[in-house]
Amino acid sequence: MGEVILTMKGIDKSFPGVHALDHVDLEIRKGEVLALMGENGAGKSTLMKVLTGIYKKDSGTITYEGKEIEFANPRDAQAAGVVIVHQELNMMNHLTVAQNIFIGREIMNGKLINDDKMNKEAAKLFDRLNIKIDPTEKMGNLTVGRQQMCEIAKAISHDAKVIIFDEPSAALTESEIEELFKIIRDLRDKGMGIVYISHRMDEIKVITDRVTVMRDGSYVGTLITKESTKDDIINMMVGRVIYEDPKTESNVPKNAPVVLKVENLNAGKMVKNVSFELHKGEILGFSGLMGAGRTETARALFGADPKESGKIYINGQEVDIKNPMDAVKHGIGYLSEDRKRYGIVVGKSVAENSTMATMDEFTNGPFINKKKENDIAQKYVESLKTKTPSVDQLVVNLSGGNQQKVVIAKWLVRNCDILIFDEPTRGIDVGAKSEIYHLMNELVAAGKSIIMISSEMTEILRMSDRIMVMCEGRVTGEIGIEEATQERIMHAATLRK
Amino acid sequence: MADKKKGNAFTNNPLVKAVGTQKIVVLLVIIVLFAFFSIMSSGFRKYPTIVSIFDYSYYISFMAIGVTFCLITGGVDLSIGTGMICYALFGGYLITRQGMPVIVGILGTLLLGLLMGCINGVLVAVLELPPFIATLGTMMVARGFGSIITGGMSVTWPAASSEQGWFRMLFKINKPGLLLPVGFIWVVIFVILMSLFLNKTRPGRYIIAIGSNKEATRLSGVNVVKYQALAYIISGVFAGIAGIAYAAVFSSSIAPGTGAGLELDAIAGAIIGGTSMTGGCGSIFGTLLGVFVMSMLKSGLPYIGLQANWQQIITGLILILAVFIDVIKNRKLA
Repeated sequence: MGEVILTMKGIDKSFPGVHALDHVDLEIRKGEVLALMGENGAGKSTLMKVLTGIYKKDSGTITYEGKEIEFANPRDAQAAGVVIVHQELNMMNHLTVAQNIFIGREIMNGKLINDDKMNKEAAKLFDRLNIKIDPTEKMGNLTVGRQQMCEIAKAISHDAKVIIFDEPSAALTESEIEELFKIIRDLRDKGMGIVYISHRMDEIKVITDRVTVMRDGSYVGTLITKESTKDDIINMMVGRVIYEDPKTESNVPKNAPVVLKVENLNAGKMVKNVSFELHKGEILGFSGLMGAGRTETARALFGADPKESGKIYINGQEVDIKNPMDAVKHGIGYLSEDRKRYGIVVGKSVAENSTMATMDEFTNGPFINKKKENDIAQKYVESLKTKTPSVDQLVVNLSGGNQQKVVIAKWLVRNCDILIFDEPTRGIDVGAKSEIYHLMNELVAAGKSIIMISSEMTEILRMSDRIMVMCEGRVTGEIGIEEATQERIMHAATLRK
Repeated sequence: MADKKKGNAFTNNPLVKAVGTQKIVVLLVIIVLFAFFSIMSSGFRKYPTIVSIFDYSYYISFMAIGVTFCLITGGVDLSIGTGMICYALFGGYLITRQGMPVIVGILGTLLLGLLMGCINGVLVAVLELPPFIATLGTMMVARGFGSIITGGMSVTWPAASSEQGWFRMLFKINKPGLLLPVGFIWVVIFVILMSLFLNKTRPGRYIIAIGSNKEATRLSGVNVVKYQALAYIISGVFAGIAGIAYAAVFSSSIAPGTGAGLELDAIAGAIIGGTSMTGGCGSIFGTLLGVFVMSMLKSGLPYIGLQANWQQIITGLILILAVFIDVIKNRKLA
């Protein structure tokens, strides 16, 4: 057990109308990885922002290396050795790797920047991390995983003693996550104090030594990772029990009709000869590593991206889907992985979003029939149990889970029978997650059919009746839920054909 | 790993890589345009015409060098066209109406440009107004202010033949038997200096960084307000330099209320030269090449019988085409 390097005690922070942090304590030790967990809105990010000087605390003390301190801004914190690797990568894509690493503290040669020296120093940093990245490459040309390695290199170049990882694995592939963990262990063994913020329970078990849990802006408690179970941690996070049991058998009757059949779909580099069938009342999981071509398949099927060849049959009839309008006409709804960009209009109300795909049915001549719109929106707010004060509430004010419900309502209003859920619970907290799962099960029970793309193994195993596994644009496995195991899926997901 | 390494024999050629594909293409366009006008018109092939291409290039170049910095931050400065005329009116007013020495007029022109740059900088960087709207506003302000200074009258800077006409020699030596476009030397000097500034100094690096990702730059501890404002200040000062070049090269009087639309020549030049409207990348050398496309057209079109109205249509179309190419480039990157 390492010695304590940084302590936050009784940290309090309020924003107008919100008590964001309520006397929170945190202790970071040398040579240890501390998980910081909590649902969305629990105050993890706010706490880290207070630590690194982005926000000023209202009260409480921060002790770092035995002295009480308060960083004025992230730069001060960096200079002292406290560095955040952000969730959203903070990269200047147009600059080179080395220019990014040394931004704000360029190595100078008189009045001019010494790029050669910066490239050499950056190469040394990568050597220390045992990774190969060309410091002169433009940042925008790297994969997300590589960009993150650059962020870590940047942190190390600050002689960091405390490194905070804010959901680092969210956009990484499995192999990149392994590379990341190797680096984190290495840094830990060198005596750094590491804070690891993540929603992924499996990772917490693998990489962290202690877990500090927050809930609603308060400190709940700290556990030793080895000595606690998943349920212990989740209970502390939500205060209610969540079951993550995998599904054991398909709920789809043997003779259920095929509602959607895709034959030899080809679209670009990421969709190669994809064929599958979807049955009525089925949840068909699409599993695979990042970049396997699952979203691309869904987009091509939905007509959002052009397809090169392939046939699509709905209820046995061949259909021609050239654009999303055609897809919607044939009863396909698509819930994008990027809700804010493609799913909802955040500045509009719940009611307006609910009828967005069905506008024609809610008009009197050129005018929108507000009453009819509100009634239907209200109906779905009730049936989906969307938490909103009224249907006039702007969607931007709802939580992620409730925003997702509004998107579902939109497609239900449109009377879609085939729903494509692309990462349905990304960015949604644990409690709301199980509500979305419950809802999906109700939808298939009511005769809808669902294609669910998910990068979370537990989600795939918990929800799917059948699993299609993709790798590099091809279907590499089809597994019934009865035979599905994590190992089988991972095997197929890494099967390069 | 999907580290994108694409290209063909042409784009992978080390020389092409060092200079940039777009610049080589633009250089070819300039050569083709020159050949086209030379074939179409015997008048175009003459030395004075070539000098007139240079004449047009100076003020567009200076405006374009300045506005390139704004474009790189992801913004734009629309005030440079009417601004340039306004500053030149102010300088000319000091010389001809107030009887001040030419050097005071030149300094006055630059100072007014600097002031306007500061105002734009405050509006965009400090008050966070959208650059398009903020500089559209100051564009109108500059236009009106120029008229007010001179009481609505035109201003003529001292003629080359007069005692005070020495400043014209800075840009154009025009004596019997000797016609030299010396202003190009200034353009080259400023292109080299500002290229160095953009690519090799901290402020330049931060201006690119802001255009690429402002929030990330801020979180890196860079004073983004200061450097974003600096881009507009540079643009203002260069509009002042453009005003001096304009006054020095053209012997006709400068009329208040003009200058609107000239900023588009400069912006089109910068975008043709490879500077992106979305920020993050740009090159001063590329801007210079782009400007030569614009000034080649300005001086060449009259020789094939296309007068002012047609020139405006063509400038507009070229601007749209240049931005379209920029949009396609960005689409490929995304």
